[in-house]
Amino acid sequence: MLLEVQDLDVYYGAIHALQGISFNVEEGEIVSLIGANGAGKSTTLRTISGLLRPRHGSIKFRDQEITVIPAEKIVSLGISQVPEGRKIFAPLTVKENLDMGAYTRKDPVEIQQSMERVFTSFPRLKERLNQLGGTLSGGEQQMLATARGLMSHPSLLLLDEPSMGLSPILVEEIFRIIQEINAQGTSILLVEQNALMALSIAHRAYVLETGRIVLSGKASDLSQNSQVKSAYLGI
Amino acid sequence: MQKASVSTTAPTLAHGPKTRLAWVGQGFLLILAVLALYIVVRNLIQDPVQFGQIIIGGLQLGFVYALIALGYTMVYGIVKLINFAHGDVFMVGAFVSFFSVTKFNLESWPAVVFPGLPAAVVVVIGTLTVILLSMIVCTVLAITIERVAYKPLRDAPRIAALITAIGVSFFLEYFGALKFVFTPEFIPYPSPFTVVTFYINNGIQMMVPGKPLPGHVVTFTSIFVIFIVATLLVQFLLQYLVHRTKIGIAMRATSFDKPAARLMGINVDQVISFTFAVGAAFAGLGGVLYAIAYSSIWTQLGILPGLKAFVAAVVGGIGSIPGAFVGALIMGLAENLTMGYISTPMRDAVAFTILILVLLIRPTGLFGEPEKEKA
Repeated sequence: MLLEVQDLDVYYGAIHALQGISFNVEEGEIVSLIGANGAGKSTTLRTISGLLRPRHGSIKFRDQEITVIPAEKIVSLGISQVPEGRKIFAPLTVKENLDMGAYTRKDPVEIQQSMERVFTSFPRLKERLNQLGGTLSGGEQQMLATARGLMSHPSLLLLDEPSMGLSPILVEEIFRIIQEINAQGTSILLVEQNALMALSIAHRAYVLETGRIVLSGKASDLSQNSQVKSAYLGI
Repeated sequence: MQKASVSTTAPTLAHGPKTRLAWVGQGFLLILAVLALYIVVRNLIQDPVQFGQIIIGGLQLGFVYALIALGYTMVYGIVKLINFAHGDVFMVGAFVSFFSVTKFNLESWPAVVFPGLPAAVVVVIGTLTVILLSMIVCTVLAITIERVAYKPLRDAPRIAALITAIGVSFFLEYFGALKFVFTPEFIPYPSPFTVVTFYINNGIQMMVPGKPLPGHVVTFTSIFVIFIVATLLVQFLLQYLVHRTKIGIAMRATSFDKPAARLMGINVDQVISFTFAVGAAFAGLGGVLYAIAYSSIWTQLGILPGLKAFVAAVVGGIGSIPGAFVGALIMGLAENLTMGYISTPMRDAVAFTILILVLLIRPTGLFGEPEKEKA
């Protein structure tokens, strides 16, 4: 088991944001968390990456408990988060953003190899290498954020709303690249409001509602589920 | 129709008196600027030598402010804190060098360890050691201050950390004033080397002690030269650090977005400590040079230079490194011109008038970008 989350309870002050959720990600999978705004999807990712601390419950990454490890150390274990809203470093160049993605790595040759690899997925970033991150378009920023997340060479990539604010064509492209990344061996935990797209590429999915998992199963089964259809797919 | 009436009548009502006020303000500023220019130009024509002398003094003061202002601006850039204790770190730098010279004769260690060395080499290495020791002590002090006083307040409202900074500042001043720590009095500062004076008369000549100057000439000291070299070196090093090194880029990333920086694996606490350390090292360097140049020290010597360096950082645009440098030179020149042509007590008034004017006209400073509130 790559990632195993058990009975996770997370509070924002008095708000009980995650109410005992459990799920897992196997090696090589794309797992999707879908649900409405405020269901707790981003909270889940932020807790896994260490930015938030759970009150109860455990998160095991390759059988190692990571809820006690600070966020900056979790990256070097092999978990990388592409945060919601991209959060690229606007005053830094594209190159510097990518370098920051590889912050935990030492070997310049390996870093260069990772950079070449992300350029094959995102050729546009190579053209914009010395441009400031803040001057990129929304789609390019999402590409940069994803590429930056890959620079630490993670075994698990946490993607938070990669389709947000993008045109349908760009959404298609981003999801194609996500599948490509997965095919190269990176497991993916994908959080999406765009349930249709998420279910179309995920192997398995969990449906989150106000801090609880209400449904789970194979993505293909969930997309046929009448409840999911009416609530999230708009069919 | 309705739209048109809104856009024609409402703005005139709202802008009418406002525009007139702005016009009065701008006119006032214009008169002030013309007056200042008149004083400067008239004196330049009347006595160019005196003018040159005042500019040199102003630049020297500006370099002092620049070395302090860098620390203000870097720390503000990364934790959004105006570190009022920074001027006192500068003071500690001066005192550490005082004790290392008077108590331990640190400046002459190369002569003791290697007796055969030429005197010039001894002076250079000895002085550099004195400066380096002060820089190290200041660095350790600043990291300690940050860990003890500021880090626990990182998530508290900004005003809490600001008040704490003022507290730390007073603590350093009055703890230092205790008899058994530094001293409450002004003390003469023994320079680790003999300061040489040069004058400009058919090229640059060295002044021979005991021999009078050949008439009315512009003079400057070796300290002035050291200030230029040191400040430019620091500026260059800092640009290199911030743009070319991993830790420097991490500093900029951290200052822009701390949670995102943590997601990259950047240890934000370490980066913040490092920023304080770099700023303090430059303040320590400035402290030693200041003490050598102005040859008397006491525990409150950091207050005014600290405040003016802060003003310099604001004038340049707080958070901007080149801005701090340019702002510092402006402050130093403005102050020395005031001293030379208006009156000495006016210097502080002019310094803080500049602060008020900048805050009124361009609050982001010369090089600053408007700060956007991040959620």
